[in-house]
Amino acid sequence: MSPTDLAVQKQQSSAGKQRVVNDFSIQVATVNGSGSQTANLVLLRSLLLMGIPASGKNMFPSNIAGLPTWYTIRASKRGYISRKKEVDFLVAMNPETAKEDVLTLDPGAAVVYDEPLKLKELRDDLVFYPVPFDKLVGPVCQDAKLRRLVRNMIYDGVIAKLLGIDPALMEKALNKQLGKKAKAVALNSGALKAGWDYAEANLPKQDPFALEPMNETAGKILIEGNQAAAIGCMMAGVTVVAWYPITPSSSLCESLIGYMKKYRMDKKTGKATFAIVQAEDEIASLGMVIGASWAGARSMTATAGPGISLMSEFTGLAYYAETPAVIFDVQRVGPSTGLPTRTAQGDLLSTAFLSHGDTKHIMLLPCSVEESYEMAIEAFDIAEQFQTPVFVMMDLDLGMNNWMSAGFKYPTKPINRGKMLTPAKLKEIGQWGRYKDVDGDGIPYRTIPGDGMPSYFTRGSGHNAKAQYSERPDDYVDNMDRLARKFETARKVVPKPDTETVTGAKIGLIAYGTTHWAITESRDQLREETDVKTSYYRLRAYPFNESLNEFIDAHERIYIVEQNRDMQMRQLMKLELTPERCAKLRSVLHYSGLPIDARSVTNDVLSQEGFEVAKKTGRVVEAGLGGMTGGE
Amino acid sequence: MAGKLNRIGLEPVIYKGSKTTLCAGCGHNSISERIIDAFFEMGVDPNAVVKLSGIGCSSKSPAYFLGTSHGFNAVHGRMPSVGTGAMLANKKLIAIGISGDGDTGAIGIGQFVHLMRRNIPIVYIIEDNGCYGLTKGQFSPTADLGSKLKNGVVNDLPPIDTCALAIELGATFVARSFSGDKKQLLTILKAALAHRGTAMIDVISPCVTFNDHEGSTKSYAYVKDHDDPLEEVSFVPFFEDISVDYEPGTTQEVTMHDGSKLLLKKLEDGYDATDKIGAMKRLHEIARRGEYATGIIYIEPDREDFLEQLNVVDEPLATLPLDRVRPGPEALEEIMEGLR
Repeated sequence: MSPTDLAVQKQQSSAGKQRVVNDFSIQVATVNGSGSQTANLVLLRSLLLMGIPASGKNMFPSNIAGLPTWYTIRASKRGYISRKKEVDFLVAMNPETAKEDVLTLDPGAAVVYDEPLKLKELRDDLVFYPVPFDKLVGPVCQDAKLRRLVRNMIYDGVIAKLLGIDPALMEKALNKQLGKKAKAVALNSGALKAGWDYAEANLPKQDPFALEPMNETAGKILIEGNQAAAIGCMMAGVTVVAWYPITPSSSLCESLIGYMKKYRMDKKTGKATFAIVQAEDEIASLGMVIGASWAGARSMTATAGPGISLMSEFTGLAYYAETPAVIFDVQRVGPSTGLPTRTAQGDLLSTAFLSHGDTKHIMLLPCSVEESYEMAIEAFDIAEQFQTPVFVMMDLDLGMNNWMSAGFKYPTKPINRGKMLTPAKLKEIGQWGRYKDVDGDGIPYRTIPGDGMPSYFTRGSGHNAKAQYSERPDDYVDNMDRLARKFETARKVVPKPDTETVTGAKIGLIAYGTTHWAITESRDQLREETDVKTSYYRLRAYPFNESLNEFIDAHERIYIVEQNRDMQMRQLMKLELTPERCAKLRSVLHYSGLPIDARSVTNDVLSQEGFEVAKKTGRVVEAGLGGMTGGE
Repeated sequence: MAGKLNRIGLEPVIYKGSKTTLCAGCGHNSISERIIDAFFEMGVDPNAVVKLSGIGCSSKSPAYFLGTSHGFNAVHGRMPSVGTGAMLANKKLIAIGISGDGDTGAIGIGQFVHLMRRNIPIVYIIEDNGCYGLTKGQFSPTADLGSKLKNGVVNDLPPIDTCALAIELGATFVARSFSGDKKQLLTILKAALAHRGTAMIDVISPCVTFNDHEGSTKSYAYVKDHDDPLEEVSFVPFFEDISVDYEPGTTQEVTMHDGSKLLLKKLEDGYDATDKIGAMKRLHEIARRGEYATGIIYIEPDREDFLEQLNVVDEPLATLPLDRVRPGPEALEEIMEGLR
């Protein structure tokens, strides 16, 4: 199995010899449950230790062991961290998918593969590096049971050699990843070396991809969005958490448990300053959250689409009875069970109006791990300020993938508990009514059980300003109008959009959440490749800010880019915009379950703008299929 | 006007609620009256009480007692989770939840099951009339096999025995009473207030409008004739220094967690309310005869409640100050460093 075979020779001549430095993606295809995540994170950490901006995305099955999984690591000297559609460097470890994985590569890509898979016969326009993993793992790992896990670390060693990662740095990354488990570190370290040595002795460099040290990651952290949100919840002073396990939100509450146990045990008594309960379902989770916040605790739950559906009734109660609640929706692909381990922005419409009757809810839209942290803190303030449920709309891509980020800042503002009735306030306003609009902003004053202030009877049935049962038409209308007024007050308080208006741009892009990262890169592509200038309006919350109108007015065409089929955010906008403004709206939609990528956005915008996309970009997936006949 | 005062210096009137809107003669109203008596006699601070309910006739009743306490009329069948949340937020609260046989046995059976498992400190009352009153008399899951609706329809499904179910699920205080038995119900309610953890009381409470006719097994007449008390219940609260004399072997004395004493005078068959297996056996035997076993069916006075298991601080979580719920900058820095 000499690497200097015909396929490689041919590829060399066709692909050219231009080196590609710090700007490519590595995809590792394995079987889930094989321990590949450790190897992948060590690789990702190695890149960050080299100072190269990098991101990692896990595409995994809804399964514990035995099904295909892909992990993509992207190195980007320009700092792009969205998914890159094209795979440049493939590590093919999974017999099930290896053939298709290889066939879909662009010409010029490189493939490290498990030798018995005999992949190099498939294409003659790729670089192939066969590695006999089973032969190499034997001497490294005596314990046959562990071999399956250690085996994967060998590809890290091979990649380090081929791409130019300092083995000492990779060793450091390994130590970081495995922490204090000395035995595991030693075992995996041996595997790294075995891979490196094999590559050095047998695999002369044939591909153009290389990694070189940069200085762009100093002080940066590597963290999943769910973990970031958990830190935010702890800093927000959450005291009651009720949750039900569901992908992709479980790790939010699980990491919160870890942090709370470490940082929120009372120093004097050793007791918990919090209560975290795994409920019997999502309905009970939200019920507990509502009961707790009604009794004055800062409380939250985290779930995904199916849980949101189940929480519908309770959400209506919280809206109408006006109890705060913070609900994280780490969105996955629906409808129904959908694709539980794939990402989407598909719950916007159903969440905005969750429950029967006239309801509307505040949604926060974090795009990054940093915003997941910050908005988690803000969500509790807003929920208490407005005495209503607040949904933090994350997604699987944000919640479960590892993102490079600046370190989080310590909160500067104290906790805002909203309008709690105090003896002084009671004296000032004279007569208190739980649902009385004293200040004209739609937000009433509340009391909590045991606080010594006047009590009230909370109910989801019709009530008047004094919280008394009422079916009177005027009471109902007054109350509903006040709730609408409260929502309008929220419009001014929720996180403001991030706007970048470019002089001379006729096109405006609107996006939110993780779509932001594809937009950032796509705007550069549009400007650099086709000289198309774009302005950008990144939504950070619902209800929308008034400035949305100005942004639309300032541009001829508006593209709303989102990760769902039904243009959900656009539909929400249409409810508020004038027909003239609606007429300017167009959509770029991505809903395959994979995180949105810049190239797809660029192509779609250009095509709607009348460009001939295929010629302009030239990067079409099918190009790889030509290799099939060539290799046969 | 100055009537007798209780041990915290309050008059009985403080414990009353607004005027009932339930039907005249409804068993639920008698239960509300006993609740008022029990809270008064036990000297419970109404400011610390939370009244919870689901949906249905039963769930309206929290408006009719303890008018100065906070109340929460939640959604159908989901009161247990709301009550759990409230107690998590503030362990100093005293919670009483009122449910019905539909609210508990049908739509709310899931939450009921998990409430019983967790032993959250809450007095949980099922006002059990075997039918849906507020939607005009359909059968509920506690309706007995063969029981008849007013229009002659016969129930052909077996009933859920909420007491047997609660014992099976690990409940630590399980009782059954009858809204017409003032003395027994009041005593059980007082004992329930002294209990550590969930006190589950199924109170047979006839629906005078839809389920009080011949052929119904939940009518006043039927329940009166088929009430089979397991013991004669008396209760001595911890704050009353009364010693009760009884002949050895005639009475089971159960010391409750707060020091109160529950005295269960044995009737002819003898009964041990702390024997789980015996309790289940007796419940089934009596049900097979078409009768209702009433009294304290099962009690486990010393099991830790859920809040103790969670090891929460002594103060209410709801009102902990900022410096106790927001770790300092050094904590965040330590977390960040670990992620670099």
